[in-house]
Amino acid sequence: MTAPTASTTGSTTASPAAMTAGTESRRVDAGLAIRLDGVALGYGRRAILEDLRLDIAPGEVLVLVGPSGSGKSTVLRAVAGLLAPHAGRVLAQGVTVSGPSPDRAMIFQDDALLPWRTVRRNVELPLRIRGVPRRERGTVAESWIARVGLAGFEDRLPRELSGGMRQRVQLARSLAGAPRAVLMDEPFGALDAQTRGEMQRLLLDVLHGTSATVVFVTHDVDEALLLADRVVVLRRGGIGSVLSVPGPRTPDVDRAGLRARIIEEL
Amino acid sequence: MSTPALGAADALSPGTATPASGTPGTASPGAGTTGLGATGTASTDDGAAPARTGRGRTAAGARGWAVRLGSLAAFVALWQWLTTADVSAGLRFDRLPSPTEVAAEFARQLGTGTYYLDLAQSTIRIITGFALAAVAGIALGVLVARSRWVADVLLPPIEVVRPIPAIALVPIAILVFPTDEQGIVFITFAAAFFPIMVSTRHAVRALPTLWEDAVRTMGGGRAHVLWNVVLPGTLPGVFGGLSVGMGVAWICVISAEMISGEFGVGYRTWHAYTVVDYPAVLVGMTSIGVLGWVTSASIELLGRRLTRWLPRAEGNTR
Ligand SMILES: Nc1ncnc2c1ncn2[C@@H]1O[C@H](COP(=O)(O)OP(=O)(O)OP(=O)(O)O)[C@@H](O)[C@H]1O
Ligand SMILES: [Mg+2]
Repeated sequence: MTAPTASTTGSTTASPAAMTAGTESRRVDAGLAIRLDGVALGYGRRAILEDLRLDIAPGEVLVLVGPSGSGKSTVLRAVAGLLAPHAGRVLAQGVTVSGPSPDRAMIFQDDALLPWRTVRRNVELPLRIRGVPRRERGTVAESWIARVGLAGFEDRLPRELSGGMRQRVQLARSLAGAPRAVLMDEPFGALDAQTRGEMQRLLLDVLHGTSATVVFVTHDVDEALLLADRVVVLRRGGIGSVLSVPGPRTPDVDRAGLRARIIEEL
Repeated sequence: MSTPALGAADALSPGTATPASGTPGTASPGAGTTGLGATGTASTDDGAAPARTGRGRTAAGARGWAVRLGSLAAFVALWQWLTTADVSAGLRFDRLPSPTEVAAEFARQLGTGTYYLDLAQSTIRIITGFALAAVAGIALGVLVARSRWVADVLLPPIEVVRPIPAIALVPIAILVFPTDEQGIVFITFAAAFFPIMVSTRHAVRALPTLWEDAVRTMGGGRAHVLWNVVLPGTLPGVFGGLSVGMGVAWICVISAEMISGEFGVGYRTWHAYTVVDYPAVLVGMTSIGVLGWVTSASIELLGRRLTRWLPRAEGNTR
């Protein structure tokens, strides 16, 4: 999200933790949350995307759209540190990304909850990995579970939840670890229109009051317009265009012009 | 990147929500500073699974047991009839001891100390050999599946030894182990090890990468992935291997006892045969059957307990 709410927490980039975050040496442009610097991506020898250049500001909500197979998930995996670029660098907080970090939480396109852990224990996992004491873990997990509207479901197993509920748990789990950035890969793609609307409102509500940077993948143009500060259109192996979305984030604002442009770009 | 100090957490926590959003999260104190501040509500780490019992299910369970017991009774009744009616159509059932004769012999043996000693001896052998095989099989199966290097080093000898039936190792076991006891446990171990190792290896390789990716993006390293993803995620496959392993372990412990034991159900059964005491042979066989069934059922039960999270059809009690 943009500036206004960031004041509640202080600037992420200026916090002491940021200064010690990386094991890597050089810090470039610490004012940027994420930067793609001439990044080329692919699997094996196969090239998918070439020469991606993009700067993402702290607290920004950047939405990636593009047709199926255009490489949206691939970009997200690279930013997460799960996929090494063929060329160029991905920078987070000015430091070259060389692997995954709890600073960049990911919500996967497919249900990535650990099926043998209850809702509570799934949400606690990032805290556990960070070494947060058990008691504190429980408290934080519980408040996040309540925040996504699942109070009372703490002890359920993922298989006992609906698809929408599972995505809520993924949301709670990704935020419980207090990441600087959240990468979301079509988190609501498999949901019906009504649940999707609810989840979008929930997401806006949850993000309001955090200073997290968000990279959100979708192929739903309306979803993009609702959530985004900027929309990036991926196509033909690269970034097609970048569009700013002005104004308040509410469903009723008319953005027909922008909408038409994005659809044209796709 | 290394894990930043918890201080970084303040950026994101329900507690830090702006008043405007007025959400339940604001109930959490300590919002301003750490955002992760603890309230007094301690919570247990392991959430208990909700109980799933119902009247319908108990009734179905009772019916299931009635059918199972009936099946067993019918089998014994058929045996009784075949032997007492002196049926001899190709197969000489007239020579076979009847269930009543076997029961009488069984009752006699229950009054002797030797019977319990044999039972205990075989049980100790199977448990020792099987436990060692479970630990070694799971550990090696995981290592071989997760590390190319370990696979290259360890797999060739393992693959050469694997086709040898464990019972064919008896001469070697007698040669290298100081006591018969150790030899028999070794044979049992060797029998159970391979199915457990191979099942574990396949289960690890078949694991979806998604779970591992999820844990890695939380900052989890190898140990976290192993403990939180690989071990729980492979349990269903591992238990398949444990079941098969227990089956072959029984075959081998009994065979080994017949060859070189001085005690044990296998030894006693073979001894009864050498003195042509057929009712005693059948008591031995039945004891093996029951012991084998109890151990397999225990593994099955444990496996089901530990893999409750598996998706299953509603109403299906298995
Ligand atoms: N693991 C993989 N190995 C090889 N090729 C892959 C792999 N994952 C994706 N690809 C290829 O990379 C390209 C981009 O895939 P990606 O999953 O990033 O698309 P996407 O934009 O996320 O599509 P969707 O909207 O359907 O999720 C596709 O052509 C796909 O075939
Ligand atoms: Mg995708």
